[in-house]
Amino acid sequence: MLEDKDRIFQNLYNDFGADLKSAKQRGDWKDTKEICGKGREWIINEIKASELRGRGGAGFPTGLKWSFAPKEVGSRPHYLVINADESEPGTCKDRDILRFEPHKLIEGCLIASYAVNAHKCYIYIRGEYFNEGQKLQTAIDEAYKDGLLGKNSAGTDWELDIYIHYGAGAYICGEETALLESIEGKKGQPRLKPPFPALIGLYGCPTIINNVETISVVPTILRRGGKWFSSLGRPKNTGSKIYCISGNVNNPCNVEEEMGIPLKELIEKHAGGVIGGWDNLKAVIPGGSSMPLLPKETCETIKMDFDACVENKTGLGTAGIVVINKDQDIIKCMARIARFYKHESCGQCTPCREGSGWMWRMLERMAKGEATRDEVDMLLDVTKQIEGHTICAFGEGSSWPVQGLIRNFKDEIIERNKFDPIVKKQKDIPYLIDQHLLEKENA
Amino acid sequence: MAVKKISKVQPEKFEFNKKNKETADSIIKNYPSGKQQSAVMALLYLAQKQNDNWIPLIAMKYIAKYLDMPYIKVYEVATFYSMYNLTPVGKYFFQVCTTTPCMLRGAYNLVDVCKRKISEEENRLSEDGKFSWLEVECLGACVNAPMLQLNEDYYEDLDPTKLEQIIDKISNDEVPQPGSYRGRLSSEPENTRKTLIGNKNA
Repeated sequence: MLEDKDRIFQNLYNDFGADLKSAKQRGDWKDTKEICGKGREWIINEIKASELRGRGGAGFPTGLKWSFAPKEVGSRPHYLVINADESEPGTCKDRDILRFEPHKLIEGCLIASYAVNAHKCYIYIRGEYFNEGQKLQTAIDEAYKDGLLGKNSAGTDWELDIYIHYGAGAYICGEETALLESIEGKKGQPRLKPPFPALIGLYGCPTIINNVETISVVPTILRRGGKWFSSLGRPKNTGSKIYCISGNVNNPCNVEEEMGIPLKELIEKHAGGVIGGWDNLKAVIPGGSSMPLLPKETCETIKMDFDACVENKTGLGTAGIVVINKDQDIIKCMARIARFYKHESCGQCTPCREGSGWMWRMLERMAKGEATRDEVDMLLDVTKQIEGHTICAFGEGSSWPVQGLIRNFKDEIIERNKFDPIVKKQKDIPYLIDQHLLEKENA
Repeated sequence: MAVKKISKVQPEKFEFNKKNKETADSIIKNYPSGKQQSAVMALLYLAQKQNDNWIPLIAMKYIAKYLDMPYIKVYEVATFYSMYNLTPVGKYFFQVCTTTPCMLRGAYNLVDVCKRKISEEENRLSEDGKFSWLEVECLGACVNAPMLQLNEDYYEDLDPTKLEQIIDKISNDEVPQPGSYRGRLSSEPENTRKTLIGNKNA
């Protein structure tokens, strides 16, 4: 277990207050000038040495991302964009950072902007977080007043302005290119990559996009050294992470823990255990709703970091752990997640727009026991048709949870949906809409 | 994708009031010159606030002129994002989160309360015209589930009885306290905190 002194977010539970004075007492804004004085190369190398991976879900190495920004500013200005469009079901870590640790984020923005040559930083907050945004705005105003932002920010001789841009309730705007479209005042529909935003991003200019948590840990890493951060966890999966544990547990909570902490320890120790005891556990979604669920057997042993999750055919994602116990109907839970994706699909790519609705309707029928036996395989086939055939990763995000359900609970679905396909009984009908069902190879 | 209905009854005039005009102009300044289109989302939100929490078509036209952009682009944005209400909603607009983490903790019981105490269907005004409710997707407070958003505030850790009390309070023109209804100040584990103990006593 991580020691208290090694926790980066000391005010995660708002014991001290979020204002500038108490933030400074906790060590924020200390030696910011000296850190920036060591130069861009040093900052990026230190972040690379810390092996910090992006906390927004994909886990891309942050130092590497920053190094993609052009070294010299050409005719186009550089931008830093912070992704605070936290909408992944099961995840609510960024909200606490915005509410209780805004100065860690603002200081991180200054250092990151300096490292990637940006003079303007936009923080994209989801529209529902209106109060959180107001709290962040108060903190930004405090920082301006104290000379920590603006011309010569914190004595670093670097000019930085931070603006908040509110979203308006679109999950897809958490995808980085959709987020840029949204800031430009358009519908939030993702762009094709390449070109990558690091070269052509916001308003066609080089743009670095990072998650709130990623940026907020940067100042502490630079103060305590990349070596300290990489000494936590294991290689390639270093540092600490805020885990959100929700669902059927006795004490749902956010907690900052070391990377690679066993899932069982998180649930039993911090979240007060599964409702009805550990034996009542049915499944766990380990990283926000996009990640395939884990059956109980895997939950006993799995360690929560990026690579261990991939080895177990799932992903750490945003570390939003949703615990589902045996009192719940697992198929219904997944049908509800499928409905979420059907609602949030941006409608740009056909496989996702249509397929997400198909998956939802099929799962709803399966939950009621109205589907036929063969439809389980058909559903799996639909998910394979969506996955990898869309512009952004939403296609994977919507089909993985369904694949996880079928992989782990296929027997249960079939148990409930035993019917033979109707078409099989009525083979003589000449013009059948579901003709392809007759030839199973084509299904 | 969600279906968005446009209200059949539309006002004939819309214009920002003086205060909103000032706010709008200062928001436009946040973006580089010539990129004023970026402010469209914020301006739509201002228009919604000014016009009893919904956006009429005339307001979209007004904003299009204000930002020097085609009307259809504003219409696209207004219909794409789910937080813009294009039909009138209640003065007290309950948005109940029912996505899986909230559902696991009984969000549909809250929906039942809304059905009983507000209106049978979503998005329909209650009899006194003060309330309406809507099922929405994840609001990002999963640890404090089940929860709902009432206008701009989050009401967390609810159960059906507490929601009934909230609705009763508003009916009597009182404003219930937002935040957790189990006495939590943040998303810390209740009673069994194992981390940052030293800070708690500080």
